[in-house]
Amino acid sequence: MRVAKTGNEAMAEAMRQINPDVVAAYPITPATEIVQIFSSFVADGLVNTEFIAAESEHSAMSACIGSCAAGARTMTSTSSQGLALMWEMLYIASGLRMPIVLAEVNRALSSPINIHCDHSDTMGARDSGWIQIYCENAQEAYDSLIQAVRIAEEALLPIMVSTDGFIISHGMESMEVLEDAQVKDFIGEYKPEHSLLDIDHPITIGAIDFTDYYFEHKRQTIEAMRNAKGIVAKIGQEFGEKFGRSYGFFEEYRLEDAEIAIVVLGSTAGTAKVVVDELRETGLKPGKGIKAGLLRLRLFRPFPYQELAQALSRIPRIAVMDRSDSLNSAGGPVFTEIRSALYDLDTRPKIVNYIYGLGGRNIDLAQIRSVYEDLATNKTDELVRYLGVRE
Amino acid sequence: MSKEGWQDLPIGGLILEGGTATKYITGDWRSLRPVWDKDKCISCLNCWIYCPDSSVLVEDEKMTGIDYDHCKGCGICASECPPKVQAIKMVTEAEFRK
Repeated sequence: MRVAKTGNEAMAEAMRQINPDVVAAYPITPATEIVQIFSSFVADGLVNTEFIAAESEHSAMSACIGSCAAGARTMTSTSSQGLALMWEMLYIASGLRMPIVLAEVNRALSSPINIHCDHSDTMGARDSGWIQIYCENAQEAYDSLIQAVRIAEEALLPIMVSTDGFIISHGMESMEVLEDAQVKDFIGEYKPEHSLLDIDHPITIGAIDFTDYYFEHKRQTIEAMRNAKGIVAKIGQEFGEKFGRSYGFFEEYRLEDAEIAIVVLGSTAGTAKVVVDELRETGLKPGKGIKAGLLRLRLFRPFPYQELAQALSRIPRIAVMDRSDSLNSAGGPVFTEIRSALYDLDTRPKIVNYIYGLGGRNIDLAQIRSVYEDLATNKTDELVRYLGVRE
Repeated sequence: MSKEGWQDLPIGGLILEGGTATKYITGDWRSLRPVWDKDKCISCLNCWIYCPDSSVLVEDEKMTGIDYDHCKGCGICASECPPKVQAIKMVTEAEFRK
């Protein structure tokens, strides 16, 4: 069915159809609506979910962990400072191998305080053992959240699916929603192997590991993250076979024969595709078209480095656009990882970084065009540039 | 004792049975040792009530000794032993081993 929905409405709708056993959350802009809308589904009896309005995000994630330990299908939602406050519990969720699903809305981190989009919140959690999927639009957010339930439960890892704050979360789009029965059938029933409530099979969760066991348990989680890649691919493909919209690790847009390319996450890809089309048509100045391409990375954790290296290997000049900075004096997180992924190639592309859109600074066609222009004119002497900041 | 590799351990640090605390010898954390004087003891069981590690051994409502495999030497038993009885004295392990 075709409907008009904002990103937040789309994620809330997916949650209604998923009908999780437990949702524990605390509101935060711009993700507030997701749980607010969901709470009205609870109040109206449209879901069977036990809804816990926690007193903080730290408590919300703690409640999610408790709920998961009890064997319940568990979801939450947050953004920015809320994700930051969950920090301690994020690692505990992954270490305990809990398939919690988090609907995330990307927003800048303080300070200065800001409510608008950048990726510094989820990028800060990139080493926390959570699978991360970045969405371009409301449709993908809806589809990905449904897939996320399956991915998490098969990988036995928590997962966050994110949209760009306000740009996607509050922007209304035309999109397709599935029938309730289709979603129910796709996600299936959650059958946890262990539950704290199963008194016939007592277990201990969260026991201490000293020097003698910690490494082995971390090694297991590392392996789970490696295995998650295949699971994401399999479920993205199955979703496509059933509903006509397939999802992989990344989307290649006119990349096949590209001579210059941008790598970008999230909503900016939509804008960049327009620029790619324009450049292919008319070039920098009216006349000969330029072979511009785009790679939109969707799966950042686990990081599909072999596939990325293969997809980018033929392109001589690449710009990675990061909507957050690692404050490491060497660029953004997507850049450093993609650069590392390309290291073993026989012929390494020239690759530079553009930090853009911090704190929701608008990114427009002209700015993206300027990046392609830099690549086309070989202006790649600076490793990291800052796009759209006043000098 | 050889320990399991990462591929053989239950995932997520789960322990798949109950009561495993008894297998974990915490007695070697102890620096102070409760030494019990059987002749002074009146089996009021204050020590048994207060011991946080269930390390006071009791049979037929009489105290029979201390589980040194699990006693961490906190000294609560000695502290709770009635002042007129003083059947438990804390001594350093170093002193005890001399």
